[in-house]
Amino acid sequence: MSHGPSAAGGAAISTTPHGHQSEPYVPVFTGETKARLDALMERYPTRMATLLPALWMVQEARGWVSPEAMAEVAGLLGLTAAYVKGVVTFYTMYHQHPVGTHFIQVCTTTPCHVCGAEDVVKAFLQHTGCGELGVTSADGKYTVIEVECLGACGFATPVMVNSDFIESVTPEKVPDVLKRYG
Amino acid sequence: MGFPFKPHPRESTVLSKHFGEAEARTLDGWKVRGGYRALEQALGMDPVAIQNIVKESGLRGRGGAGFPTGLKWSFMKLGDGKPHYLCCNADESEPGTFKDREIMRWTPHALIEGCAIAAHAIGAETAYIYIRGEFTEPLEVMERAVAEARNAGVIGPNAMGSGKRVDVWVHKGAGAYICGEETALMNSLEGKRGNPRIKPPFPAAAGLFGMPTTINNVETLAAVPHILVNGGAWYKNMARADNPKSTGTKLWSVCGNVSRPGNYEVQMGFPFREFLYDLCGGPPRGRTFKAVIPGGSSVPIITIAEAEAAFMDYEGMVAVGTMLGSAGCIVMDDAQSIPRQVARLARFYAHESCAQCTQCREGTAWTTKILERIVAGDGTAEDLDTLLDLADNMTGKTICVLSDSCAAPVVSGLQKFPDEFKALITRKTVHTVPAIVA
Ligand SMILES: Cc1cc2nc3c(=O)[nH]c(=O)nc-3n(C[C@H](O)[C@H](O)[C@H](O)COP(=O)(O)O)c2cc1C
Ligand code: SF4
Ligand code: FES
Repeated sequence: MSHGPSAAGGAAISTTPHGHQSEPYVPVFTGETKARLDALMERYPTRMATLLPALWMVQEARGWVSPEAMAEVAGLLGLTAAYVKGVVTFYTMYHQHPVGTHFIQVCTTTPCHVCGAEDVVKAFLQHTGCGELGVTSADGKYTVIEVECLGACGFATPVMVNSDFIESVTPEKVPDVLKRYG
Repeated sequence: MGFPFKPHPRESTVLSKHFGEAEARTLDGWKVRGGYRALEQALGMDPVAIQNIVKESGLRGRGGAGFPTGLKWSFMKLGDGKPHYLCCNADESEPGTFKDREIMRWTPHALIEGCAIAAHAIGAETAYIYIRGEFTEPLEVMERAVAEARNAGVIGPNAMGSGKRVDVWVHKGAGAYICGEETALMNSLEGKRGNPRIKPPFPAAAGLFGMPTTINNVETLAAVPHILVNGGAWYKNMARADNPKSTGTKLWSVCGNVSRPGNYEVQMGFPFREFLYDLCGGPPRGRTFKAVIPGGSSVPIITIAEAEAAFMDYEGMVAVGTMLGSAGCIVMDDAQSIPRQVARLARFYAHESCAQCTQCREGTAWTTKILERIVAGDGTAEDLDTLLDLADNMTGKTICVLSDSCAAPVVSGLQKFPDEFKALITRKTVHTVPAIVA
């Protein structure tokens, strides 16, 4: 994994995690997105410090951070692709594979656990048709994972759907929550 | 009753006074409530004079360690010709803790003002607020408030017309509990993996970007404007008569098996029994309290009897064998199995270990494996000894204290509730929930 596109956006053939060929890689950092990244650089004394924000911009644009995108970011920030991958894999929020249209994270850490979070997880797995944690539903709509403490323990059980933060979810409320994310 | 509801009459609302008021989030709304008076005053003061007021107030770090804030600031060598930095720790990921989230959601300008004052007091022109990536709403509110303050010239190249530069920027994390550890946070901000650094050097000597840095928790910084406006003595007086070492007000996040979970702000030294029963409404109907983890998941578990005898300040918590920590109070009722909950906590630490240190990487994983085996009814008597051995190896031997934090609930759980562990081993019965007595 070393021949990602240059910052200028040379086309490269990207592959899905399953190895199928798909469309040529289109760079993320052009136009307004590139300008946003350049503006961020003013805030820090090093270019490397914009790595996490740059990866967030990739994920916002593409839904996940592909090896090609890592190479693109590496090129822009003067880092190697291996370095960027090392950073991406450290953090739990960057998706290294495509996920369902709606990415559902249910907190199950102790404070939520004592309030019945396990049953909330079960309800999501059942009503989304995912069946299992980390598996995307057959219709591609949902992926459900357990997450560690979301910092809202007094509102058990907090659930994140994409970037929406939903408090006080109970198993009974799960169908209603899902209706908003058809 | 604590936020999100109306404050209980026995709360002392300083930081939480404007929680829930939408206008307090705006610059104008904040100014109407007395906001930015402290910053204006501070920008005309000598940094050392500000440090002295904060020292006099007795303010201690609210992130977990309780280090005296004014003293921490005074470690920054003013006029050394190097850029200085302030980091605001808004990573809030300690299970049980959700107070900083509320400060940022409702009073973003209080935090910006606190950051700007602290930056000036340590000779820094730049402050970064590092917010965990999952806090989507606080991130949005803070970003908006920072932009508003900047556009109005409250912060920026000529903060409040003082001729001084104070930049405040929001930086979004990406999911990692360990990034709340101060040096891990600095690495993360620099665009690196969030591994804690070996200390020394301490951040005041070489921190963010290798430069002198001070790092403070959200709640610590949000208290600073109040101290400047009202004076150190005012803050210092909010304390237990016989314990001047813990001063001011403290936000307590309360969660778990309790009638009214939420954030409560009380003066240091508040009696824990009254807090749990009067303010938080006691246990859920038909239940009784069994155990409390008062300071976030990293502090020792205490029994309800111990909790009822305690005072809610740094020393009061130490007196009953635990710590104030981040004041994330996790309450468990008689329906909970302690071994099961300790096992879940161990799993948290195993998941969050950054894996640099052998004792932590292996210890958290083994501890989890053994505890889960015990909970499943497959434990042996030796397992209990192994857990204590492991805990011993995990305490005081690693780069940061995440490893110690995993050991704390295990050791205290075994000490305080040995029968529950033994019952799982000898009778091989899995814990069942007692019936509700109505
Ligand atoms: C594993 C670990 C996680 C931590 N998480 C946080 C956190 O989320 N927020 C925080 O303010 N402090 C956290 N701390 C404490 C910080 O290292 C540091 O002591 C604190 O931010 C200093 O600010 P203060 O003096 O204002 O408390 C953590 C410490 C450790 C060891
Ligand atoms: S104690 Fe654990 S989390 Fe802390 S530095 Fe070592 S391995 Fe990482
Ligand atoms: S444990 Fe679920 S939000 Fe903290």
